[in-house]
Formats: sequence, C-alpha cells, structure tokens
Amino acid sequence: MDAQVTPPPEVTAPVYVYELPVRLWHWITALAITMLAITGFLIGNPAWPLITGEPYNHYIMGDIRFIHFTAGYVLAIGMLVRIYWAFAGNTYAREIFIPHVWKREWRSSFFRTIRWYLLIEPETAKEVGHNPLAQLAMFTMFLLGVLFQIVTGFALYGEGTGPGSWANIVFSSWVIPAFSSSQDVHTWHHLGMWYLVIFVMIHVYMAIREDIMSRQTIISTMINGWRFFKDNRP
Amino acid sequence: MTLNTQTFYELMRAQGTSRRSFLKFCSLTAAALGLEPAYANSIAYAMETKPRLPVLWMHGLECTCCSESFIRSGNPLSSDVILKMISLDYDDTLMAAAGEQAEAILDEIPKKYPGEYILAVEGNPPLNEDGMYCIVGGQPFVEKLKAVAANAKAVIAWGACASWGCVQAARPNPTNAVPIDKVITDKPIIKVPGCPPIAEVMTGVISYILTFNKLPELDSRGRPVMFYGQRIHDKCYRRPHFDAGEFVQSWDDEGARAGYCLYKMGCKGPTTYNACSTIRWNGGVSFPIQAGHGCIGCSEDNFWDNGPFYKRLSYVGAGLGVEATADEIGLIGAAAAGAGVAVHAGLSAVKQYNRKKPEPPVAPKGDQS
Repeated sequence: MDAQVTPPPEVTAPVYVYELPVRLWHWITALAITMLAITGFLIGNPAWPLITGEPYNHYIMGDIRFIHFTAGYVLAIGMLVRIYWAFAGNTYAREIFIPHVWKREWRSSFFRTIRWYLLIEPETAKEVGHNPLAQLAMFTMFLLGVLFQIVTGFALYGEGTGPGSWANIVFSSWVIPAFSSSQDVHTWHHLGMWYLVIFVMIHVYMAIREDIMSRQTIISTMINGWRFFKDNRP
Repeated sequence: MTLNTQTFYELMRAQGTSRRSFLKFCSLTAAALGLEPAYANSIAYAMETKPRLPVLWMHGLECTCCSESFIRSGNPLSSDVILKMISLDYDDTLMAAAGEQAEAILDEIPKKYPGEYILAVEGNPPLNEDGMYCIVGGQPFVEKLKAVAANAKAVIAWGACASWGCVQAARPNPTNAVPIDKVITDKPIIKVPGCPPIAEVMTGVISYILTFNKLPELDSRGRPVMFYGQRIHDKCYRRPHFDAGEFVQSWDDEGARAGYCLYKMGCKGPTTYNACSTIRWNGGVSFPIQAGHGCIGCSEDNFWDNGPFYKRLSYVGAGLGVEATADEIGLIGAAAAGAGVAVHAGLSAVKQYNRKKPEPPVAPKGDQS
C-alpha cells in the first residue's frame, strides 16, 4: 500500500504458471510414487507373518507386484508426457529440466534463496516459477531420481517378462550388465526409492513452509494453476 | 594325437557300442540340449563324420569344483565326452602325463591344430605382481593363458572364476584376479558360470559345439541362452508360494517343512540366471531350493559381495566396513531428513512469529529484480 516504488504490474498480477497437463501430471505422479514406495518396500520386505494353505488360495505377493508394475507404468508414461510438455507447454514447464546454472542472476538468486532457507535473509524474492534452489532440487533429486528408478525398475521388470519382451530388450539387456548383476540393480533400486522418499519429505515440507512464509501462493498454484502474490512490493 | 582323426562314431563302434545305442545317445543329447527331436540326426551325422575336437583345459586360480562337477555328468556321460566326443589333450587334473611331458602338450597342440582347438579355462589369472600369484609349470598363468588362447578356435570360461572372478576377485581382491575376458579379448568366449556349473550344462555346451561346429546362441553377457536365459526363480517349483506370499519365516518353521518359498531366508533365485530349477543336480536328483536351502546366486557376477546369503537385501558398503541393507541405510537417511525438517520448521516458526511483530515490514534488500 505504502510502497515507495510503483511495482511493475507483471510482478503483482497473478500469473498462470502450471497448465492443466502439468497439474494433472503432478498429482498422478505423487499418487504413483506413493504406491510404488509402499509396494516396493513390501516386495523387498514382505513383512507379514507366515501364511499357510494351498498357494492357489492367495495371491498377495502377486497383487503387490501387480500394483507396483502398474504404478511404474503410470509413472513412466506420465514422465514421457511431461517431457513432451516441456516442449509444448509454457516457459515454466521447462524449469525443472534445465536449471539455468550458467546465468549470473540465477546464481545470485540461488545464494539468496540459500540465505533465506538458512533464516539469514529477511525476505525472499518474488518467484513466479520455482526458486533456483527448488529448480536444482527438482532436477537432481526428483528428475534424476525418477529417471533412475524408471530405468532400473524396467530393467528388473524385463527380467520377469523374459528375453524378447520390450523391457528386456530396451532396459535389462544393458542395465543389468552395467551394474554387474541383477542383485546389484535391486540394491540400487532400493536406494533410489529412499532418495525419492527423502525428496518427497523435503518437497512437502518446503511447499507448506513457503506457502506460509514466502510472498506467493504455492500449494493452491498446483491445484488451480495460478500464482498469486501476497504483497505489492517488487 | 593320432586319435584325433578318428570320429566319435568309429571310436564308439570300436568299443563295441551298437548303432542302436549310438542313436539313442544322440537323441538323449539332443533332448539335453533342448533341441527338437529332428536334431538327433544332426548330432548323429556330426559324430559319424567329424574328427574329435581337440580341447585344452587350463587351470588358473580355482578350486577344481568345475572339474568335480564335470566328471559327474550323467547325460551325456562325462566319460563319453572326454574319451569319445572330444580329445582332451591337456587337463592337469585328469591327465596321466605330468611335469614337462604334460606342459609340452600346451606348446604342441596350438602348433598342430591352429584355429581348431577349444581352450577351456577353469579359474582365472591374477594380474598383480606380474601374475606371480598363480604360477603353473614355472610360468605365470596369465602368460600361458594368453599364449594358448592366441591360436584357439574359441574359449570356454568354466565357472564363476573364469566368467566373473568369483571369490578371489571379491573385495578387496588382493591379487587383482580378473575374469578371462579381461585378458583374452580377440576370441569368442563362451561363459558357463556357476560355482560350479551344472555338469550337464558343461557337457551340453561341448556337445553343441561339436555337433554344430559353432558356439551356441549367447546372451549379451556371453552365456548360452539355452541354459542361462531365465532365472532360477522363473521356473522354480516353489514359485506358486512366492506369488501367494507364503514365505518361510525361520528355519524349521511350519512353512520350511511344508516347502514354502525361501525368499525371506535370502534365496537369490530371483536374481540368478541358471538352469538349476530345470536340469537340477546329480543327474536331476535335486537342487539347493529343493533341499530346503535358498539359492546363493553362485552363477552371478559379484555374488560374494552381494551377501549375506540369508537376507533378501544385500549389504551396502561392505568396502567401508558397514553392514546395512539399502532399506536400513534409507531409513537412517529419511530419519535424518525428518529431523532436519522438524528443526527447520521450528526455527521457521520462530522467525515467522518474530516477523509479524514489527509494524512496518522490513524493506527488501533490493539486489534482486
């Protein structure tokens, strides 16, 4: 209200950041990752006690693996659509794929964000898209993590579907030798899951925190697509 | 070496085997190789017309379990393979000759049959200290191996040692033992991994090469697809218990006695490519899972470092002296992240509370656009 500088209108007016395909993809992926983490943990650690009786009466492991594979397909196809949308969508759709680390203003804004998260900076800049630190986390933790899980996951899936199946030809044939054995791929696939679990924890926390403490809306933006700003200062 | 001009069939007839028995043998061999019945004729034709295949069998760093397995082959009988199908000209464990006479054969055969003999390697060469950790006949094994391989038609890597490295190449691998494809790079190598490989797989591979005069179809890692195309898990007779979720929880529990899936007891069947669940061992009598013990994954690369044998998930970071599975490490990481989030959230709440107090908001630094 009593700002000395007249704010440029594009900074204060709401911006349509996340288009519908991005929002749909976000929530579908969130659901898929949740299902994958739960079922994946159970595949590695079938925690239930002894089940007895004829095996044709149960299909517990089979069902868990079915959910895991289906959610894996959803995650992978979603990622393909999302990569397409990086080309087809608006400028914010490209942010998490290519953080502009080579730009000076990106780096100064990056260090300002770090100071903000270290509680040194009194206020953040207005960010229309992701802040630079978030871009970097999205790239290194989310994007690389999910791609790693898709590649190793389909390599393991292709072992079950066998030689000649598409997953075996496209992934298993080179991923398994690259890690030296199937068991090694399993180990890395588990570590990859925890990498994403840690990402999700930080991601959810930061989304809530920034929704409260930053100068723009965060959570509602991923629901309605619009970024609203809370003040008129630049 | 005069025997080399004799065919398998001639030799068999000379020993009093009837033609009927010979054809039966060919049919059984075809069946063991997983070929259709028509191939029995091809095998019979090959055995009738082709001279026996000269084979040199060298031993590096190994435990001789491959040889022990091989001599127990039931079909074809290893005695048939050694004495009739091939001409096993050198094998320091099985041959009668010894000392310089024996070693002379290694020089003689490559000169006499260049490009025609098969080199079978059991064990692997250590490279540290110029190969001094494995001396055979006064010479480092690695040098002998390279020399004999130079004129070979093809090389068979017997067992996990020659194929992947096995126990002597496990961490920390003090002698720098390497699989043979690290030192023989210009010859077709057929890997027959296992610790040891199944006897019938070993004799089957030799029969195939002799019959068709070519190597069997190999996968991307050089293993014969007919024996290593699927995991033990894929054809395990306990697989229905896996899909049902019926797992043995501890040794000698009700599930163990009923023959349930050994997945939770660390069975490596789901990650192991081998034919144990189909061909089985000792003439098809049994195999580890049938005997109530999980697979240890002995035909897999790196299997010694992927322990423990009795846990589903392997330990990570054995080189660092850490004994924890991926999930244990992940839980610690997630707990640390959770603690970090909680502390940060607390500090942020304090900051937010303090920020709201002063009436005129603090002006931004203005170094950003």
